[in-house]
Amino acid sequence: MEKERHVLVVFPHPDDEAFGVSGTIMKYIDAGVPVTYACLTFGDMGRSLGYPPFATRESLHDIRKKEVEKSAEIMKLTDLRLLGYRDKTLEFEPPGHLTSVMQDLIGELNPSTIISFYPGYSVHPDHEATADAVVDAVTEMNAADRPKLHLVAFDKNTLDDLGEPDIINDITGYEDRKEQVMAAHISQTGPLLKRLAAETVDGKETRDAYLKLEQFYSYDIN
Amino acid sequence: MEKIDRDKVQEVLNQYQNQPVYIHVEITSGMYANHLNSEVFNVGTFMRNVQVEFVQGAIRGGKDGEYRVGLKLVNGGWIYVLGLTHYVINENDEFILHGFDHDGKMASALEISANEFFK
Repeated sequence: MEKERHVLVVFPHPDDEAFGVSGTIMKYIDAGVPVTYACLTFGDMGRSLGYPPFATRESLHDIRKKEVEKSAEIMKLTDLRLLGYRDKTLEFEPPGHLTSVMQDLIGELNPSTIISFYPGYSVHPDHEATADAVVDAVTEMNAADRPKLHLVAFDKNTLDDLGEPDIINDITGYEDRKEQVMAAHISQTGPLLKRLAAETVDGKETRDAYLKLEQFYSYDIN
Repeated sequence: MEKIDRDKVQEVLNQYQNQPVYIHVEITSGMYANHLNSEVFNVGTFMRNVQVEFVQGAIRGGKDGEYRVGLKLVNGGWIYVLGLTHYVINENDEFILHGFDHDGKMASALEISANEFFK
């Protein structure tokens, strides 16, 4: 991993950082790189309310806020920004609004790299709205000032269209803490944690998928 | 939350009759339904903090623990929710009905409160 001035992580839901990125975040933090995680919503419209359910649509907001705070604590991430939008509604904000929010963050933090979702390949409309806002904000910058974009893609067509990811971070040594980060989001991750812990073929495949490598696509504005 | 007790839920519905109430109604297949299974068609709706007044609210069904609730509105309109399994009255005195699918995920919701829900 290259030495970075500041890494800005932007995702819409409080567990989006956990699955594909938290090992990378911890590696940066342990290397002394300042990391900011801007999380746009509280994930308060999620369908998972615990297994078995311990939340309701009304309590999920506070529960997921605590979960992401716990996740940040495990990652030793000290700059967590909870922007407070309602889950599912990002794509309906006035045009340009989220882009200006991203511009403000970039202007304040001057990141050398931004980690977010890849536009067109991130499945959930909130992910897409976030990705678009990030890419639009960076596109409007002078080419020389633009941070690098390391983006997460997982649409079914990703491999066919984008090929193999070009940034692969080995997170060996972070397996336990990454599992703790996923466990911090317990309202969402109950079944996944069971699979991770299982001494079965599926268990091994799940551990291989989440706990060894984290993969990103670099995104070239031009 | 507890599994729906039909008599108790009917009793609570009666308490909210003939007065302005705030409603949260939601049905969702989840954003990943089609991503995970291409045979499935993604659907969903939610309406939040819509104020209505119902003249009659009734719970029906109950086969396999799945109930329907219909609210007949004072203006002749209706609110209908299918697939409700659990209920609770929370610390803010909000009456919450949820339906959990076979994977334990929330698929439907009807919530009624005298006060606005959190924005």
